Formats: sequence, structure tokens, C-alpha cells
Amino acid sequence: MRARVLIRPKQGILDPQGQAVERALPALGFEGASEVRVGRMVELEVEDASRLDEMCERLLANPLIEDYEVTVE
Amino acid sequence: MRFGVVRFPGSCDETDALLACKRYGDAELLWHGDSDLWGVDAVVVPGGFSYGDYLRVGAIARFSPVMDAVAEHARAGGIVFGICNGFQVLCEAGLLPGALLPNAGLRFVCRQVDVEVVNADTPFTRACEPGDILSIPVKHTTGRYYAPEEDLRDLDAHGQILLRYREGHNPNGSVADIAGVSNRERNVMGLMPHPEHAVDPLTGSADGGRLFESMATALAPA
Amino acid sequence: MSAGAASADRLAEARALGLNDFEYELIVEKMGREPNGVELAVFSLMWSEHCAYKHSKKLLGRLPTEGPHLLMGPGENAGAVTVGSGLAIAFKVESHNHPSAVEPFQGAATGVGGILRDVFAVGARPIAVLDSLRFGELSSGRSRYLLDGAVSGIGHYGNSIGVPTVGGEVYFEGPYEQNCLVNAMCLGIAREDRLIRSAAAGVGNLLVLMGARTGRDGIGGASVLASAELDSKDASKRPTVQIGDPFEEKRLLECCLELLDRGALRSLQDLGAAGLSSSSSEMASKGEVGLDIDVSRVPLREDDMEPFEIMVSESQERMLCVIEPDKLAELEEVCGRWEVRATAIGEVTGGRRLRVLDGDEVVGDMPVDALVDDCPLYDLEPAAPSEQIYAPPPRVLDPAADARETLLALLSSHNLASRRPLFEQYDSIVQSRTVRRPEDADAAVLQLAPDGGEGAIAVSIDGNGRRVACDPYTGTVEAVLECAANLACVGAEPLGLTNCLNFGNPEKPHVAWQLERSVAGMADALRELGVPVVGGNVSLYNESGDGPIYPTPVVGMVGALPDAALAPRSGFSEEGHVVAFVSAGVEPSLPGSELAKLRGDELPLGLPEVDVAAVREMLDAVRSAARGGGLASVHDVAEGGVAVALAESCLARGVGASVSLPDSSLDAMFGEGVGRFLVAGERSAIEALGDRAAVIGTVGGDALEIEGAGSWSLSELRDAHAALAEAFV
Repeated sequence: MRARVLIRPKQGILDPQGQAVERALPALGFEGASEVRVGRMVELEVEDASRLDEMCERLLANPLIEDYEVTVE
Repeated sequence: MRFGVVRFPGSCDETDALLACKRYGDAELLWHGDSDLWGVDAVVVPGGFSYGDYLRVGAIARFSPVMDAVAEHARAGGIVFGICNGFQVLCEAGLLPGALLPNAGLRFVCRQVDVEVVNADTPFTRACEPGDILSIPVKHTTGRYYAPEEDLRDLDAHGQILLRYREGHNPNGSVADIAGVSNRERNVMGLMPHPEHAVDPLTGSADGGRLFESMATALAPA
Repeated sequence: MSAGAASADRLAEARALGLNDFEYELIVEKMGREPNGVELAVFSLMWSEHCAYKHSKKLLGRLPTEGPHLLMGPGENAGAVTVGSGLAIAFKVESHNHPSAVEPFQGAATGVGGILRDVFAVGARPIAVLDSLRFGELSSGRSRYLLDGAVSGIGHYGNSIGVPTVGGEVYFEGPYEQNCLVNAMCLGIAREDRLIRSAAAGVGNLLVLMGARTGRDGIGGASVLASAELDSKDASKRPTVQIGDPFEEKRLLECCLELLDRGALRSLQDLGAAGLSSSSSEMASKGEVGLDIDVSRVPLREDDMEPFEIMVSESQERMLCVIEPDKLAELEEVCGRWEVRATAIGEVTGGRRLRVLDGDEVVGDMPVDALVDDCPLYDLEPAAPSEQIYAPPPRVLDPAADARETLLALLSSHNLASRRPLFEQYDSIVQSRTVRRPEDADAAVLQLAPDGGEGAIAVSIDGNGRRVACDPYTGTVEAVLECAANLACVGAEPLGLTNCLNFGNPEKPHVAWQLERSVAGMADALRELGVPVVGGNVSLYNESGDGPIYPTPVVGMVGALPDAALAPRSGFSEEGHVVAFVSAGVEPSLPGSELAKLRGDELPLGLPEVDVAAVREMLDAVRSAARGGGLASVHDVAEGGVAVALAESCLARGVGASVSLPDSSLDAMFGEGVGRFLVAGERSAIEALGDRAAVIGTVGGDALEIEGAGSWSLSELRDAHAALAEAFV
């Protein structure tokens, strides 16, 4: 089955990439965007979806500084 | 005194680290795929872009066979010294507290900075005095040190903060201006500045040499 | 379908691919029949300006290519000179202008990747990169975007692969707004006897493709040949911008160097413009052999790639080598260890044909000589313009401004402001050779001790657009002498030069004139200096509806010096040192200068002639003095004239000076002319320069004081000089 993992910087950690995007949007004429956070997305085919959390904890994310969200089709 | 410098696919400063170590002892390269440390006294995990910095800096390197041996060596009290990407790998491997995040300025920065020795009572800093200022270059995109508030208090209390950027010299937004830390036992150290590029006045300063000198002395036969 | 109808279709395709009718008919004649789709694609690229140098080859023949230190001249992947201790430095500069205008980060990154491959293709380990960049004025959002992208891209690639970027230049002028310039130079080191050439040799030997998989990168115009119709939703089949992967290249580099060390390779060639088709035909041509390539064996990144696509793809991080069949196992073992893909895709044959196979089927069969040597070369039809074709720059400084205001305006102009915000994005110290980092001295200095060598090498990259637009001959002479002057400042003797000629459309008479005069100037200056061209690159057709770019020859020079520790820096250092102005006697002048630009002056047509012999003598004297160790600082007086040079020397190490100039008029203070230097040191060292050196003052204090003109505190000079920081917020 197809799984998708979204990885984001933890709330409260300075996210300069998110801030840079937030600053750039109004400069291009897009008002009203805020709370921008920039993360990563990992897509994969898995045979056993129950191991996904462990994959995230051990490799795909760093739990000290990142949150992750798993979606399985 | 034998130094072992780890080489991952994508390491850049391993030959520089090798050259620096050779001024203070014998030194050899340790291939990432090899889980044997060949009896070296100190392991240096060097700078560069191991595995292209893919996924997350140091995230893939930390699973190399050699890193199991390095962890074992650390657990047994052996000396482990992580520079820049090496620092990132050691944090990912759980051998050092905290994590390294993208620089606050978001850009790569290569610059000579002053760091202050906070704790001279470690095998990495014994050739220095507390308060000594060392001029050492930094060069990285992901060097902003982070640890949660409570952990920071702990680090401070246990003398695990070894180096701090001098006022006005913090190049990346590291919390509390932290430039280098150690584990609780003080046998594993990580730092973002590159002391291997500060061992010869011809190419800059020689201040970084004191860290290698400290390690060589720490392991000298009594 | 009748032969006539087929011919019309092919001719239409040929035209769409950039060939003219004369060229197409010549191809038919050489082939003995009409070319098929694959053959037409290969010919169209091999006979393109970029690959064949149709409009410049005859002209380039005028440049000197002999010299006492020359090991490898033009024609190989990179040229090389000997630097003593049995060591050779291989180097070359190349442009990546058009891709950078499309996508500056990847364009600049892949430009660096490509020039790195050219250097390790001759067996040299890359040890330094320099870049020469030109954009429109930073008042344009687009130029800011291109600058930021290009600098990030260069940093990303060079830093990741562990090769230091040790120098460079960047300029901002209106005529580059639509056509930016990104030229990347690389130096590599090897033992003299380990340099390898690219000629394929040995009938029966294997052709092996190493590195990344092949995709649709850079196919561009050739896509008109695709048999599949491009659906608007079919993005995967669209030709793509080249994307670089420095991690792949790092593994490829180490793998190739190890294979060379073991003597496993017969020849090596990198894959760049026009991919497999150009690399294979050039290898075959140099070796006077033929090659059979089976495209079905090429590892692909995309499904359903057609043979012509595989042959012309410009996917990055790939190398081609020829090996004896019994070396294949060893090659595969080494590649496996470095995690580098390696596939035998063909073999060297006895006939002089390049044959493209798809499994058992021959899908293309072309004579090698026709592809590489028989492309028609065109004579330029130069005609000097009767008046200046470039509009004057916009005025940003009142001509009535006094010396005080003028100096601050010049220091804060984007062409002269500190480049620190750029070079701090580059790792300038990895590999432990860098003895003089960016802004330490007038040239980068790299020690040879880590390679078992004595002494050091110095390198500088310099170009000129606006002054060449004023006078293509003299402007180019100045660019060459400027580069040699930068080397002289650190005590280095020039050994060889690489050049990139960036010009507009050579089919237009005024551009042809610029090109012809520029090459003439370069040839004359190099002959006087005794420095050969080891290789280079030409980038033409850099023009838009607004007209051509300034004619921009860019030169990179490599030199050697005996003692790295003695290399003078550019900044004043010690209170009490004597400051002297050293000159070959040239009169400084304002027309065509940076000050003239700020004032919005018309560009002159013609610049004062340069006495190259006198400048050469001056360079020899400065070089000698610089080697002596008695001079604390040596700084070339270039853009902005002597007043700007004084400010730069104060700012470099944060020490002021107090001077008195014989002539403190604005013309004398800010006028430009090549062959002038500022030196500082002990009185005895200055006196050793004889009467070429005029003492003008002393080092000390925290201000620059020019008697009769003004006084500037170091902090206000520093603030003005920091003007480029705002472009990188």
C-alpha cells in the first residue's frame, strides 16, 4: 500500500524557511498568509503499515525537532 | 596516539582532519562500511556532506556499520570527536544531546569566528584555560544548535557546554551561543567550528591545534 | 512516401534544429544519403555553434598556445601547465550563461559540475573553483533573483563536493539584464606523468558509461524530433532543465581518480553539451577510430526514451571511458565500492564510423570526421561601428560632487562594494591548501605542501565588459594585464591562461568586429607577456531585442610563487609603514571608468593605447618585490582609481592611512589605467623598488586622509563598502 509521511518542524522551534516564505508571499501580492511552516514529504510503498511509526521515529523524522503525520491509502 | 578519521560517502574534510591529526599522533582513515575501528584511540567524525545531507543532515550516516563500532567505543569510554557534519551525525546517533538546525540566516556561511573555552576540564580542552579565545573557521548551512530548555539547564549544570561563540560571533543562531558540547561522561564532543582548519598559521590560525593537542595528551601513556 | 517529400520533411526538421540549407546539403553529401532522425539530431548538435565553434574557430587560431610550462594545450577536456616538483595544474573556464538565465541555481550549479568533470577527466583532482558573474543592475528584481540563485547554486555544488571556491568576480551593468553571464573556472592537480587524454584507442576495447542514469535533461530544441506528440499533460516527456547532484559527482570523481591511479583506464571523457553524441564522436575523432554505441544498454531514468534522446541527453554527472576488456571486472569492483553505476555500452571499432545501435538494430551510422572536423567554419564579416552602440548608463551621481562624496558613492556602488556577502556563501578553505582567502590578497594563493610540492600557486579570474565595449582591442589588453597584475601582487609568475569569450550575435558586423578586435588584443598582450592559452570556451548569441551584451572576454590565469608565507596581502597592517604608489607611467583617465558610469557619461569609442611592454616591466618589478618578503601589502589600482584602492587597503585589515597625492584632482584620484599599484611596508623595502615608487604617506590611525581632498573614518568607509549585503537579505 501507498503511504505518505509529512514531516514538519515542531511548534516552537524557529523555522527560518517558513519565515522566509511568509515574508516573500506579500512581496508577490499574496496577502493574508501566516503561520507558514516548511517541511518534507516522503512517499513510499509498504507491505506492512504497522511499521511506519517506527520508520518515522528511527529514520524519516528526528522526534527531538520534528513532528510527523502518516497517511496510508 | 592513534586517531581514526571516519570517511562516509560525501565526507569532505576527512583528509583535512587526517592532516591535522598527523601533527599530533598517528592517523588513518576508517571506511564507513567497515565496523572495525582497528584499535584507534580516538575517533574523529569529520565535516562534509555525508550521503549528500539527504533526508536530514547526518541521518543516514549514523546507521553506517562504522557507527555501531563508534558507539561501542564511546560507551566504553573511548574518545570520539565530531566536527560539523560529524557533530550532526553524533546527535542523530544519540551520542550527544540536542540537534543541529538550519542556520537562522538560511545561507551557508564560511567565516573565521572567535569561540570561548567554557570548560577546560575535558580531554578535548585541557590544553586550554577557561576563558581562552580560539580563532577557528565555521562553514555550514545547518549549524544552529538546539536543545529544549530543560536539557540546556542540565548541560550547563554538568559542564557539558565546552565552547561558546564570543559575543557578536554567533554565525547561525545557536541557542545560548553554543558552539561545542560533550556528553555527560565528557568522552564524546561535537562542535560546529572546524579546528582541523586552524592548525597552521600559514592557512589561518593555529588555535584549533590545542584541541588535538589536548586529545593527544589525554591518551599519552601516564 | 516519395524521396522528394521525405526530403522536404527532413529539411524542415533540419532548419528547426538550427541548421541552414547549405549545412544540410553538406551533411547529405558527407553521408552519401539523407540522414535519418537520429543522425540529424546528432549532426545538428555537433554542428551547432556551441559544439563546433563555427564562427570563432578561425579567430581562436590566432591565440598563442606555446609556452615553457605548457603540458597540455587547447583541444583536451582541460589544459595543463607544470608547476614544479613533478606536479601539474589542469584548468579551464566554461560558460553556462543560457541555462543560468532560465534557472539560475541549477544553471550555475551544473556549470560548476561540468567544469569539475572537465578537470578530473584529464586525471587531475579538482582543488579550486572561481566564478565570473555578470547581471543587470540590482534595481531590477530579476537581476537580484539571478544573482541570489547563481551564488547559491555555485555554493551548493562546490561546497557539497568539497572543492573550495577561492575567488571570482561579479559585475552589474544594464546590457546583461536579459543575458546574464555565469562563467565557472576550475583548477585541478595531478602528477605530471598521470595526466590522461580523451582519445579512444584500441579496436575491440570497451566503451563504459559511468555515473548517473540518463533522462531527458537539456534535450531542448531537439524535441522537435520526438515521434510521440507532446500532450500538454505529459510533463514527464517534456525536456527538462539540467539538475545537478554533487553527491553523485563526488562519488564519480573519487571513483575515476582511483581507476586512473590503478592504470585501469585507456581514456576518459566527460559528458557535457550534447551528451553521448559529442563525447563519443570526439573520443573517436582524436583516436582515429570508430565507436559502436548500443543505446538499449544505457541506464535510463525515464521510460520510453527514443534513441535520439539518449544520444543527445545532457543528464549530469556522467563520464565515458575506454578500457581493455580484461579490466572490466576491476572497474566494476571499484565502481561498486564507490556506489557508482557502470555499464559497458559499446566498443571501439576499426572503421571511422559512429554507429548507434538499439539492441541489434543499427539506428544511426555517421562518419566521425564529418561530425567533428567537417563542420563548415565561417569567416566573420567585421565592420567597426561609426558610433558607440551602447547607451550611456543612468546617472546616479552628480558630476559636481566633491571628492568626499565621490569616494563614498564609488565604494557603495555594486561593482565596487565588498563581495563578502557572496564569498561567505562559499567554502574557501576545504582541502587545506588556501593560504590567501577571498579579500585577503589580490589573488587566491594555494600551497602545494599537501601534495608533496614546494611553493604555491596563485589564481585570478578577471573580465571586462564596459571597457571592452569602449575599445574591444585595448579593453581586452587591459583585462589580460589586470589578471597578470593580480598575480604579480602576490609574487606569482603567470604560467598559462584560460579564456571565455562572451559576445553577442557574431553574424552582425559590429559584434564580429568586437570579437575580432578582442581576440587580436588578447593575442598581442599574451605574446608580450609570454603566456599561452591552455584552453577555453566561447559563448555567442548573448543578445536580446535590446541589443548585445557588452563584449566580455573573461580570463583566468594561473601562476606559481616560491614561498606561500611571503605572499603579500592587499591591506595595510602596521602603524608607521610607508605607503608608496608604483606606476608604469600610464596617465589615469575617466572615460570608460566606474566614476564615468556613476555620472552617466557616454561611453567613449576608443581608449588610450596601453604600452604593454612598459606594463610588463612594471609587473616584473612588482612580482620581484612581492617575493622579497619586505612588502606587507601590495594592491593593484584598478576600478575606481587610486582613491578607491587606498580605501580598500585601509578596509582590508582595518588600518587607516594618511597620504598626499601629487595631483588631487578628481581625474587623478579616480581615473583608471592599467599598471599601477599601492604598496606598503618598511621604508627599505619600498626604496628597493627604485624610482618607479613614489612615497605618498604612512599607515596608521582609524581614518583615510588624502591631503587636499578629504578625510573618511574607517567606519563610514566600511558602511559604504557593505552595500551588497542588502542584495542577500
